[in-house]
Amino acid sequence: MPLIALLALAAGTYALRLAGPAFRDRLRLPDHLRALLAVAAPVLLVALVATATLTEGHGFAGWARPAGVLVGGVLAVRRLPFPVVVVAAAATTALLRLAGVG
Amino acid sequence: MSSSWRTLDRGTIHDIALVCLADSLVGASFGAISVSGGLPAWVPIALSVLVFAGGSQFAAVGVLLAGGGPLAAVATGLVLNTRLLPLGFAVGDVLGGPRWSRLLGAHLLTDESAAFALRHQDPARRRAAFWLCGLALFACWNLSVVLGAVAGGAIGDTAALGLDAAFPTVLLALLLPALADRATRNATFLGAAAALAATPFLPPGLPVLLALVGLLPALLTRPATAERATAADRATAPDRSAVTAPAAAPAPEAPRCP
Repeated sequence: MPLIALLALAAGTYALRLAGPAFRDRLRLPDHLRALLAVAAPVLLVALVATATLTEGHGFAGWARPAGVLVGGVLAVRRLPFPVVVVAAAATTALLRLAGVG
Repeated sequence: MSSSWRTLDRGTIHDIALVCLADSLVGASFGAISVSGGLPAWVPIALSVLVFAGGSQFAAVGVLLAGGGPLAAVATGLVLNTRLLPLGFAVGDVLGGPRWSRLLGAHLLTDESAAFALRHQDPARRRAAFWLCGLALFACWNLSVVLGAVAGGAIGDTAALGLDAAFPTVLLALLLPALADRATRNATFLGAAAALAATPFLPPGLPVLLALVGLLPALLTRPATAERATAADRATAPDRSAVTAPAAAPAPEAPRCP
């Protein structure tokens, strides 16, 4: 990541943080805009989860990775501790690869 | 400020410590995944200090590791951080006082610090909770990212260890609380389907941004959405994951990140 891109993300993020405290006395965000902004974050992140799980470049990532994420997801739903969830996901993928699954 | 921290009850301080612990695990994962994925160590560390927003850090690194350009990484990170705008409106009152403290405090605005501020009515306690959570998180988050980055550099064959499965798993675990809401879940599924369908055709990084089409149904039924005021409530509601929206009553078992 070029430094300039990193600084752009940092500056933009800081501006978003400062805008609320700076303008809250003069402006009010419309409710529908707040609603939209609140849903935008999970929408982007779930898409990131889906593409990072299933795709590699322009194609399918193979079965080992999604299988690992699935195991981790099930354990997370069952509220197992965070480190257990992540290690189980990676271990599943690693074992499948060891067994020759792509 | 140290004197005002004494106005905080022990429960709040205890909860802040737990959130810091959970975030440290996420931060260490972030550092390790970034470096083992091939990024130089300064990238995750600088992102953590300067951006200090876990969701967008993961997103930017995720886009980069997938081969996307820096522009797509910045755009995705910024869209994710737009939620800081309503958060700032909700808790901006804690950032009174001298200009330097307002400018510094703004950088400490995260889902967690906002959530802890929103738990209290009394202005002094709101301020104390915000600052304690913000400062403690800043320290824990950056320290853990550095440690994770160092550890990640020592890892050899990342594919054989299945580490490429760790990144989506960390994000998924963080997102689960947000997916309890049906409208949010539907929007995310629609967006993810669009992103997956576009992956064979678009340059890396853009499919994730395309996922924003998942918001269209909510846009088209705007009046109903506004009446239910789902997000307006959500901006002050408890039990939400940190990467998505504020969590007013942090559940210790739920991992968060700033």
